[in-house]
This record gives sequence, structure tokens and C-alpha cells, in this order.
Amino acid sequence: MDYQTMRTFADSWGLLFMVIVFVGVIAYTFRPGSKKEADKISRIPLGDDDALDGKD
Amino acid sequence: MKFGVETMIVGIGAFLALLAVAFAQDKAFESHMWVLFFVLLCAAVVLLRRSSFTTAGAVSADADTSGYFDEVIKYGVVATVAWGIVGFLVGVIVASQLAFPDLNIEPWFNFGRVRPLHTSAVVFAFGGNALIATSLYVVQRTTRARLFGGNLAWFVFWGYQLFIVMAATGYLLGITESREYAEPEWYVDIWLTIVWVAYLVVFMGTLIRRKEPHIYVANWFYLAFIITIAMLHVVNNLSMPVSFLGAKSYSAFSGVQDALTQWWYGHNAVGFFLTAGFLGMMYYFIPKQVGRPVYSYRLSIIHFWALIFLYIWAGPHHLHYTALPDWAQTLGMAFSIMLWMPSWGGMINGLMTLSGAWDKIRTDPIVRMMVISVAFYGMSTFEGPVMSIKAVNSLSHYTDWTIGHVHSGALGWVGMITFGAVYFLVPKLWHRERLYSLRMINWHFWLATLGIVVYAAVMWVAGIQQGLMWREYDDQGFLVYSFAETVAAMRPYYILRTVGGLLYLAGGLVMGFNVLMTILGHVREETPIPGSQPVMQPAQ
Repeated sequence: MDYQTMRTFADSWGLLFMVIVFVGVIAYTFRPGSKKEADKISRIPLGDDDALDGKD
Repeated sequence: MKFGVETMIVGIGAFLALLAVAFAQDKAFESHMWVLFFVLLCAAVVLLRRSSFTTAGAVSADADTSGYFDEVIKYGVVATVAWGIVGFLVGVIVASQLAFPDLNIEPWFNFGRVRPLHTSAVVFAFGGNALIATSLYVVQRTTRARLFGGNLAWFVFWGYQLFIVMAATGYLLGITESREYAEPEWYVDIWLTIVWVAYLVVFMGTLIRRKEPHIYVANWFYLAFIITIAMLHVVNNLSMPVSFLGAKSYSAFSGVQDALTQWWYGHNAVGFFLTAGFLGMMYYFIPKQVGRPVYSYRLSIIHFWALIFLYIWAGPHHLHYTALPDWAQTLGMAFSIMLWMPSWGGMINGLMTLSGAWDKIRTDPIVRMMVISVAFYGMSTFEGPVMSIKAVNSLSHYTDWTIGHVHSGALGWVGMITFGAVYFLVPKLWHRERLYSLRMINWHFWLATLGIVVYAAVMWVAGIQQGLMWREYDDQGFLVYSFAETVAAMRPYYILRTVGGLLYLAGGLVMGFNVLMTILGHVREETPIPGSQPVMQPAQ
């Protein structure tokens, strides 16, 4: 596989793949009902952080 | 016997270093192996003195493995503060060397050798230790699981310190690959790869055994930082040593491919080491200190993916108007400009986390530190894309403007968010009620902020003047200024820059003292910061 084949693949199918994945990620992030779940996850750091399972 | 195997391995390592001294192919490698020998010898002695002989099967008092593994994080925090002060000090020294060339002391302490010492000390020693320590803290708290791998975390910490010592002493001995931010030679690179894989195992292992079903976004940023740095480090350092007992190696790439590989590495070191890793810090420590969840969790996910998808392409903007193909230069520029979106989305997300608690900027000096850090993140990620535009770059490149830009990001964003995290962590890790002094954080804040403002403003003026002088033609088409004249014109700026650096160093020393006194268990008697405590109301 020479340079030309690789770069042609990269700027056609490679680019298309990247764009689809990226758009898919955004669509998934904003899917209906995701806000409730996101709000829940965003509270993870706010819990108690001094001890693990009641142990210090 | 505690650490029995470890002691033996370190001892054998010291012996191998001695053998390497004996069979070294060049003088530099011989000196460097002497350094390694003495470091490992000291380590072996320390380990021997720490061994405790208990009967097999008996459990010693400190073998409790049920809670969070915080001991190694304490070491990491102390190392962060200590290396930070060293790195700032070396920065002031190199700044003075530029202003007063007589301070260049040949051969070990001239600018060419001390400058990579400064950059590596602040980026890898200060920043790296901060990232390792905070990532290991955050991953345990957000997964509610103990660190994976037991003593492997100790290997990561001490292995990383060995890397720093070998890199730093190598520079002073004149051992360098001459690749910016990747100067260490092949054998130090191999060592870092081993340590980094161990770090990945500890981090990933902890994520896999998490009790929390979701992986909090800070961990995504930390994981992206660990994986991407591994990839960048390995590819950029592909090289062939002249001898396996010699210091010199040659890159696997040549010419413009080599340059592009280097700046693909260099810019993503900024993107994934100095940005993604520290964003992980931002997404954990700001919500913790403010006591509120991040403004928009979904925006933080978009921030993450957009940053990951865009940053990796931005490197070619370091090679405008070079032999690099034009399309690659334009690609680097276009992706740099697109980076405005995730950067500012992230900045807004960080700042808006304070909505409803804005008074904390006034009353909590740690929050103030974090807020100015995010503000500097916004400013330097605005400036960066501007400088990547070819027309602007033709003026700014190779001038001190670049240095000013880097320092507004490094001192402002990376430094300040790390100080905030350190101030948050120290009382927690050492179980103190509060820091030794809150008012000293205020001092640190103003010393550091003033230092950055002086530094960055001076470098902007210096850089633009320098760039304009370089391209000044007279009506006959001759250059107006010789290069030496443009150097001489920089002198007042270089002196002022040293002053800015001194202010920042002074802030670092205040932090060092404050952290030390907190660890020792002292509490300074001082009047509380106005508004930080609720005002007592008369009985109703």
C-alpha cells in the first residue's frame, strides 16, 4: 500500500467514518431523556469522599 | 519481608548501571550512568532501611487495603509542590540568562542546557506529578473503588521521579534528542514508556472495578490524556541508538516527516497533557470546591469529544511557511480555529458551574484561583487559534509572542488549576480541619496573577516589536535592522519578564510554606476572610 492509496483512503472513507462517529456521539448525547441521566451522573463527585464503604 | 523483591530489583539495577559505566561507548553516557548508579544505590539503601522482618503470614499494621489508597497521592502532592518551585526557579534563572548573558556558565549551566531543564521541570515534573496524583485521587472517589494493582502505584510514582531525574541530569550533561518537549534520549524514553504503561494499568484497572455504574467525565479526560500521551511518546521517539551503551540516537524519520511527527507530538502534548489532563482536574475540583454539580454535564461530553476529534490535527500550525505541504499547513490552521468551539464551551461550562454561588469568588480564595485559571484557559485558547492563522503567524512565529502565549496558558491555566487542586487536597489527605492559612492563598493568588500579567504583557509587546523589526524593509528593499539590533532591543523586556517570573516564584514559595505548615499540623491564627463565615444574627 503506497502513500497515495493511504491518503486517498484517509480523506474519503476515513473522513466519512470520523464525521459519522462524531455526529453519532452528539446525537446520542442529546437523545431524549438524556438530561435526567446526565444530571444524575454530574452529582457523582459531590458524594462523601473521605472513606470507602464506611472505612477510613 | 516488606519490599524484599523491590529492594533486590533496585540493587540489581544499580549493579547494571555500574556495568553500563564500565562499558560505556561515550563520555556522556558514562556520566549519565554514574548518576543512575548513585540514584539507584541510594534507593536500595533507603528500601533496606525500611524493611521490616515479620513472620510469614503475619499482617503488619499498615497493610490495611480496604479504604482508598491515598499514601501515594500524598507523595504526589508533595512532589508537585516541590518540583513546581524548582521549575519556577529554573525559569527565573533562564529568564535572567537572557537578560544578563554573563549568567551563562559553561558548559553545564548555559541557556541551551538549562532551558529544556525548565520546560521539562514545569511540564513533566510539576504538571506530570499533579496529573498523576490528582488522577489517582479522582478515579478512586468517582468510581468508589480502591486503586487497582496495589504497590504498582508506588512503582508509577517512583519510576516517574526516576524519569525526571534522568531527563534533568541528561540535559545538563548535554544529552539531548533536540526534539522540543521530548529531549530525553532513547533509554530514558524506554523507561518512561514502561512507567506509563504501569500508570495506564493502575488507572484502567480502577475504572474496570468501579462500584459506580457511570464513568464520570473527569475520568474520560484523564484516560484520554494517558492513552494519547502513550501514543505520541512512542511514535515521536522512534529512533535507532548508535550503540546500546551510548547516549546518541537518530530519529526513524527524516526531513519534513520528522518535523511533522515532532509537532504532531509537540502540539498534542499541549492538547492532551496540558489541556485534557487538567480539564479532568477542572471537572472534578471546581464542582467539589463550589459544592455544585458541573453547569451542564452534556456540554462536558461534547467538550470532550470535540476536543479529542479536533486537537490531534492542529500540530502543522507550528510549521507554517516551511517545507511542509501547503494543504497540511492549511489543515492545521483550520483545525486550530475550529478548536475555539470546544475550548470556549468548556470554559463557559467551568465558569457557569459557579452560577448561584458567585459570592464564593469573593469569600473563597481557592475558588478564586480556579476561576482565574479557567479564565486564562479561555484567553489562551482564544489567542492560540489567532496565532495559528497564517497571516498572524508570519508576524508572531519565532518571536517572544509565542513565549508569552505559552506562559499565559501554562502559568495561568495549568499552574492556577493545579494550585487550586493542591489547596483542596492537602487538608483532605492529611486530615486537617483547614489549611494553615487561607490569607496566604490570597497572597499566592495576587503574586501569581501579577506575575502572569507582567510576564504575558511584556512578551506580547516584545514579540510584536521583534516581529516588526525583523520584517522592516527600507525603500531600497534592504532590511533595516540587523539581527543583533533586534536582540539588543529586547533587553528591557527580558528584565521585566524576569520580574514577572520572580513574582510567580514568590507565590510558589508562599504555597510551599502554607502546604508544609498544614502537613505539620499547624493552624495560623488569623482573621477570617470577610464573608467566608455566616454573620451571626441576633437571637429572634
